[in-house]
Amino acid sequence: MKTSVSVTINGVKHTHEVEPRLLLVHYIRELAGLTGTHVGCDTSQCGACTIHLNGQAVKSCTLLAVQVDGAQIKTIEGMATDGKLHPIQDAFWEKHGLQCGFCTPGMIMSAAQILERYPKPTEEQIRHQLEGNLCRCTGYHNIVKAIQYAAEQMAGK
Amino acid sequence: MATARLLGASIKRREDPRFITGKGNYTDDLKLPGMTYAAFVRSPHAHARIASIDTSKAKSSPGVVAVFTGKDMAGVNSLPCGWDLNKGKNIPGVVQDLVMVPHMPLTSDVARHVGDPVAVVIAESQDAANDAAELVAVQWQPLPSVTATDRAAQASGAQLHASAPSNVAFKWELGGGDVDAAFKSADVVVKKRIVNQRLVANAMEPRACVARYEDSTGDLTLWVTSQNPHVHRLLMCAFVLGIPEHKVRVIAPDVGGGFGSKIFLYNEEVVCSWATRQVKRPVRWTATRREAYLTDAQGRDHVTDAAMAMSKDGKILGLHVKTIANMGAYLSTFAPAIPTFLYGTLLNGVYAIGAIKVEVTGVFTNTTAVDAYRGAGRPEACYVLERMVDAAAAALKMDPADVRRKNFIPKFSGAFQTLVAVAYDSGDYGKAFDRLLQMFDYKKFRADQAEARKQGRYLGVGFSTYIEACSIAPSKVVGALGAGAGLYESGKVRVHPTGMVTVYTGSHSHGQGHETTFAQLVADDLQIPIEHVEVVHGDTGAIPFGMGTYGSRSASVGGTALRMSVNKIKEKGKKIAAHLLEASAGDIEYTAGQFQVRGAPGKAVPFGAVALTAYVPHNFPEGLEPGLEETSFYDPSNFCFPFGAHACVVEIDPDTGQAKIVRYLAVDDVGNVINPMIVDGMVHGGVAQGAAQALWEGAVYDDQSGQLVTGSLMDYALPKADMLPMYETDRTETPTPVNPLGIKGAGETGTIAATPAVVNAVVDALSGLGVDHIETMPLTPERVWTTLQAAQSKK
Repeated sequence: MKTSVSVTINGVKHTHEVEPRLLLVHYIRELAGLTGTHVGCDTSQCGACTIHLNGQAVKSCTLLAVQVDGAQIKTIEGMATDGKLHPIQDAFWEKHGLQCGFCTPGMIMSAAQILERYPKPTEEQIRHQLEGNLCRCTGYHNIVKAIQYAAEQMAGK
Repeated sequence: MATARLLGASIKRREDPRFITGKGNYTDDLKLPGMTYAAFVRSPHAHARIASIDTSKAKSSPGVVAVFTGKDMAGVNSLPCGWDLNKGKNIPGVVQDLVMVPHMPLTSDVARHVGDPVAVVIAESQDAANDAAELVAVQWQPLPSVTATDRAAQASGAQLHASAPSNVAFKWELGGGDVDAAFKSADVVVKKRIVNQRLVANAMEPRACVARYEDSTGDLTLWVTSQNPHVHRLLMCAFVLGIPEHKVRVIAPDVGGGFGSKIFLYNEEVVCSWATRQVKRPVRWTATRREAYLTDAQGRDHVTDAAMAMSKDGKILGLHVKTIANMGAYLSTFAPAIPTFLYGTLLNGVYAIGAIKVEVTGVFTNTTAVDAYRGAGRPEACYVLERMVDAAAAALKMDPADVRRKNFIPKFSGAFQTLVAVAYDSGDYGKAFDRLLQMFDYKKFRADQAEARKQGRYLGVGFSTYIEACSIAPSKVVGALGAGAGLYESGKVRVHPTGMVTVYTGSHSHGQGHETTFAQLVADDLQIPIEHVEVVHGDTGAIPFGMGTYGSRSASVGGTALRMSVNKIKEKGKKIAAHLLEASAGDIEYTAGQFQVRGAPGKAVPFGAVALTAYVPHNFPEGLEPGLEETSFYDPSNFCFPFGAHACVVEIDPDTGQAKIVRYLAVDDVGNVINPMIVDGMVHGGVAQGAAQALWEGAVYDDQSGQLVTGSLMDYALPKADMLPMYETDRTETPTPVNPLGIKGAGETGTIAATPAVVNAVVDALSGLGVDHIETMPLTPERVWTTLQAAQSKK
């Protein structure tokens, strides 16, 4: 039996009939067609699927689509505004905070939450808060640098 | 127009805008009309005979398009192993043998590891395919299994392949110098068992493929997570499916990391490519992480007994290494080369050693196949050597830095013939080590360490002065050693009429940043703005036949192919310019982005004008073909040998056994560098992977059931941000004479160097208690705590 789910993703309203078992990440990728949100594991470890659900960074593989009816969702595709990169996106570019790019959308969405919690984060805070996001390419060095740089840029505004 | 040098500049990556905005184009992102979805039925047993497979319920499940087993795939051959050790039987100093065993895309007689695929369901949706896969009823007859590397050959009952008695896949030997004499003359002989545990590559993007057959044209397109699309196409067409290569296009779009695991031709890619021809609709398969753990080729897995003969003044007289290498259940694409020619040939390290002998036995076990994983054989060699050097220093009560320095091969350029077949290209090993010690302030550390010990704190430092062979590889050499392929690379440069340039490379970027570095190289060579250069890779329909990316080969081999094509462009451009300037081609030089008469800057034609003339050849040299496009294939004359010196400082928590990395320093020499920012990034990531092997990662199979008990990211300890430090990096630059770019290769250095540096640091931290070795990695808190307790109770 299918259920109707409506969500607003990056300001656009989507309504689909879905199976109750459909994961939110598959709703976003397959039904809304927003493939920037990635699936890297099946145990909620990697964080590649991190999105903002009503302003909170969550792993979209850990929610069913039917749980989020009526929610406001932001994905990586919604981070840049008016063709201008979000300072965190720019910082990942500037500080070489990515290599293969697969974990990057989740990293950026988590970084946004980190900087909301800690506008001037210490290195230790950044590393601890990134616990839910795995990267296999960078050894995290430049991801930490990127988040530090983004914090500076955002504070300077 | 003069442009600033682009070579050597830390230019921001040109591929990043799409990745940071979620506009990457990975295989699983692809949507095609009429798409179907595949789910594989896999063996739950480590070893079991298949009595029967009943697919009838699955076939009638809602949304199912087709269900296939191995018996349906008549005429489909075994997945090939592309490295046959039998071919090289006449190489001086090498003794080898290999049993080739079949590896069917869907096994129909016996499953030989947990996850071995036996059937595939194709359905209208992924859920429908998964549901129906549950309904495929397989009658299993479990057989005795073996997973342990050092017991495979003795296992009673567990016999994987009839053609490989006692599960021995191969025996291989290499050596030079008189090892027996070296050990007889030794003052001290150090013997250690060294276990290099099995690792799982864990690229963040799981493997995936989409296969689409066009019935009307007979064209097959395969989008696949590949590091080498042409290799995938060749192996699949020529060896497995027997379909015409020119009717197959393989596209490796954005690929989310490889680390070796996406080099190989896998069952699922072949099955989907075959199945799309049956159902005449596109077929998509994306691995779950659990499937990745069960089926991606894994890495390392050696058990080694090593002996080092030392003089009392600290010279390495001899090294004898006996290794058992676990190949898994089947021979993966390049598997036999890894624990042999990419391992034994690196055991000379950066040291002048009197004599070396290495004996390797490859064994089959009921585990996932083992093949190249970042570093591939070279990390295993480096780990043996660097661990033994530290153990020898401990036995002689000498400083490990002094022992290294006493044995370094002196600075050279051109060739240093090792005892293990290969000849190094250029090296200055002492220089890199001196730079490291300077960065580190080694003297101060030893004073701090002594002070800490008085306070009951366990601080340790570990060194690793490594070498690796990359820029893979001279085709004739690897052919003689057993490779079924050449290892050149292709590079095409197409100059458009407006002077814009498209570069086509056979290399493939899955994180390496080729779209930036190759553009830097070509734009710098042509002295045109980098914005005028676009890099195309990963599509057999667009690029010339190329061998792909692994073995730190892209910049050195692929880059050189591009340099050769640029040079051809310049030569042709000179003829065109000479004609326009009414001069002799021999008098034209290319400088500052224009062709000019030597010594006469006023008499010049810009690059763009020559390009336009080449395509609008109204006023053109007689006999010269129009157009401006050149292709080159570069086959290196030798491997390149990057080297360097790494140091790790750890502190052990005596209550928990936890080893914390306090500092990590790396001085690498990768020859000339195109983009330092990108090279540093690769070093960071490599170090993280190497350190993770030392402390956290390890694939564990249950001895009884043969189940992979570390089969998910919950159970396999991939490092997180708060487990690792900031890395302190520096470089020395010793260009290689092998290629005109002077580039050696940078993709694997960190992984090779870091594992011994971290383990040596932990052992050093405990050395005050008499600990000189810990046999098995990873050095988890439990293992370190147990070692510490045992050492303390002995005191």
